[in-house]
Amino acid sequence: MLEDTRKIGDILLDVKGISLSFGAVKAIADVSFDILEGEVRAIIGPNGAGKTSMLNCINGFYHPQQGTITYKGTTRSQMKPYEAAAQGIGRTFQNVALFKGMSTLDNIMTGRNLKMKSGILSALIWRGRAEREELEHRRFVEDIINFLEIEAIRKTPVGRLPYGLQKRVELGRALAAEPDLLLLDEPMAGMNLEEKEDMCRFILDVNQEFGTTICLIEHDMGVVMDISDRVLVLDYGGKIADGTPDAVRADQNVIDAYLGGGH
Amino acid sequence: MFYRESGQFSSSYKQDQAIFPLRQDRIGVYLILLVAFFGVPLFASDYLISAIFIPFLILALAALGLNVLTGYAGQLSLGTGGFMAVGAFMAYKFATGMPDMPIILVLLMGGLMAAAVGIMFGIPSLRIKGFYLAVATLAAQFFIEWLFIKVGWFTNYSASGVITAPPLAIGLPFTSLEYVFDTSTKKYVFTLSFVVVLALATKNLIRSHIGRGWMAIRDMDIAAEIIGFRPLQTKLSAFAVSSFLCGVAGALWAFVHLGTVEPEAFGINRSFSILFMIIIGGLGSIMGAFIGAAFITLLPIFLNNVPPMLGMNLAVDLVVHIEFMVFGILIVFFLIVEPHGLARLWSIGKEKLRTWPFPY
Amino acid sequence: MQDFLGEFYFFLEVLISGLLTGTLYSLIALGFVLIFKASGVFNFAQGAMMLFAALSFVGIQEKLGVPWPVAFVLAVLIMVILAYLVDKLVLGKLVNQEPIILFMATIGITFFIDGFGQTIWGSDIKVLDIGIPTGPLFIFDILIDKLELVAGVVAAIMVAGLAIFFSKTKVGRALRAVADDHQAALSVGISLHHIWIIVWSVAGLVGLIAGIMWGTKLGVQFSLSLVALKALPVLILGGFTSIPGAIVGGLIIGAGEKLAEIYIGPFIGGAIENWFAYMLAMVFLLFRPQGLFGEKIIERV
Repeated sequence: MLEDTRKIGDILLDVKGISLSFGAVKAIADVSFDILEGEVRAIIGPNGAGKTSMLNCINGFYHPQQGTITYKGTTRSQMKPYEAAAQGIGRTFQNVALFKGMSTLDNIMTGRNLKMKSGILSALIWRGRAEREELEHRRFVEDIINFLEIEAIRKTPVGRLPYGLQKRVELGRALAAEPDLLLLDEPMAGMNLEEKEDMCRFILDVNQEFGTTICLIEHDMGVVMDISDRVLVLDYGGKIADGTPDAVRADQNVIDAYLGGGH
Repeated sequence: MFYRESGQFSSSYKQDQAIFPLRQDRIGVYLILLVAFFGVPLFASDYLISAIFIPFLILALAALGLNVLTGYAGQLSLGTGGFMAVGAFMAYKFATGMPDMPIILVLLMGGLMAAAVGIMFGIPSLRIKGFYLAVATLAAQFFIEWLFIKVGWFTNYSASGVITAPPLAIGLPFTSLEYVFDTSTKKYVFTLSFVVVLALATKNLIRSHIGRGWMAIRDMDIAAEIIGFRPLQTKLSAFAVSSFLCGVAGALWAFVHLGTVEPEAFGINRSFSILFMIIIGGLGSIMGAFIGAAFITLLPIFLNNVPPMLGMNLAVDLVVHIEFMVFGILIVFFLIVEPHGLARLWSIGKEKLRTWPFPY
Repeated sequence: MQDFLGEFYFFLEVLISGLLTGTLYSLIALGFVLIFKASGVFNFAQGAMMLFAALSFVGIQEKLGVPWPVAFVLAVLIMVILAYLVDKLVLGKLVNQEPIILFMATIGITFFIDGFGQTIWGSDIKVLDIGIPTGPLFIFDILIDKLELVAGVVAAIMVAGLAIFFSKTKVGRALRAVADDHQAALSVGISLHHIWIIVWSVAGLVGLIAGIMWGTKLGVQFSLSLVALKALPVLILGGFTSIPGAIVGGLIIGAGEKLAEIYIGPFIGGAIENWFAYMLAMVFLLFRPQGLFGEKIIERV
């Protein structure tokens, strides 16, 4: 086993007392946890526990009725999604939210949009500033395409790709933005063993090589136990456990609610 | 056999990103431009030019505008006619108010004014989506129509309500030298140049990050926002560019094609007609705008001329009704067979061409 | 004092006239709501269907010389056949497409029906008179148009009838099931195609009645299908899936339009009825994007 040379730093994201309701339905009830810089944090729990809703809150898409989120030292209770993105929060989605009308390459290029500064006028003329920028970012995106081993499908419209590859493209799009915090919502759902191993490898590489902090929602316990540093367990919108994988695995509440006796 | 890309490898990203990376496509486009700039003026009759080619070009420009908004950015708009009207009337105001302004600038200013109006009516698009937005654009359409009829300032208080467009002339500043585009051939070349330049500029926009932003908002606006696209700016830029193109088209329609500036030319029927062009031609495709415009321009002529050739003489209004029916059938047909329009059928055709004559 | 009373009476007349015109709009909007509720399709062709139904109704009377109740039944039959054809040739082939494609298909249908109707029945204005009372009526010294009153009553009956139909009958229940979830409805054995034919037929019936009302008012002519565009603001206010919403929306638009024309119109040149309804709807949308009765959409990612 290779030595873990990562530096796990201070608190990057601090979630305090978040409560979120939709009308009478309480999706999240008073949940607090933190994510340390450079770590791999997992969020697990039964379906409907509020995991995706929590990620949506961090992205600024849902606005919790109570609680605060402190990211990189700044506290806020509400943020617009594009502000969150500008601050370095990346995201993949449970149901693959790729832009079906575009190719793989274009989809990943959209991830670079925050770094592209040329305006309408430059774009109209194309030669000069806009072209230079486009080429520069194209180079970066090609590096990501190499990294994720998807060169062969770069011009294919993503709607035609098999599910596993779509998820990989989505990861590429999130990586293109060079995020500090990467939120992954069930990145391995629907994949076979090989695909899962590939995905794990990519996620770990991203974490170890680029130092990106990862927060992932996942149902595959083997994966969770293998790659995460700490695990948060949610059930019915509330927190029922928070700690290292081994601690969580042995926690009776978690076993009752989610894991079952066999684990 | 002829349309193969083997042997043509891009060795740089710059090559890969060219508008026409394949040599065959490039040759094709150069040929078309050659025919358009030289063949048509030399060989086509005046009637053909003024009745078919000029309206086709101008409507293609308007269709391009609508395609930017509806095809690329996914914002359904039924207000195209209104934006064209703004371009036409504001160009008229500039031409009459500042007679020394070069005609090209006049037309572009008409477009800019239309862009401003487009941005205004685009602001609701942040809250309103889909069909609801279509209704907001209808509000724009009907309001603008009413405005230009009721408010005399736009027509320079003309008593008859029919205002003649100023002549198309390019002058050398501070001299009395001027070149007047008075024949239909000259007008055609003028219009063609405008349309080609604007189409190229639009293509550049589409392949930049701005175009990607539009398509992202169209495909999944929530995901687009979460990865950093600012929805209001993206949508408004689409409205602005789209209305600019429609505005210039409207100004050209009045100045070059009609010779008069009248609100009736830009009514709700115009909006629908242009929507049909992009549905039939292909949403989200620059070529589609041209194909669709060609189709809709040629169809009435076809319907007018074919029955007599077959020996059937139909009353004029019956022809109009049949036109309606044929439009309707074609729209439904295209939506069933190829929702992405003729442009997609064209690309499928090209793909088949690659392996022709060997089917495997 | 006399003046004020006169002013007030005038206001009431304008208001009531507007409300009653509003019920006419509601009749059109009802057709839209029915189809949208059951198939999720925004049927742009509702106006054209209305015109076609009215044209057929008048045309049958002229050509066959039958009394109007017979013509009515025949016209309904024609609308049913139309519904069947639309389902077979258009809807059936576009089952899994996005709503915008279906919407554009209905635009195509609109053009076809417009052209077809005028090819068969001709395009001159037709007078529609089946004995519906017209002319002014005075209630408590307030002037009310008889036709508008009849229209209001008819609309009320239609709404009540449709409400009962939806909630009490087997078919109505099936329609609600389909509106909720196509797949689930299929899984309990409801045939989507049957439902769609029924719904389009009922919408055709509603269109026929609306067409008769409007036709008596304006004469049966092409611009009738443009009147249907006015139903859009009604639907925006009332929500696309709510029958009571269509009524309330129609009332608000009808009254608002009339009042604006009389009281604001003269200051800015008149004829603002052309666009006022749309502006009103647009402004309304800015505050409530889902309309008065529409369901608030919670987006999920």
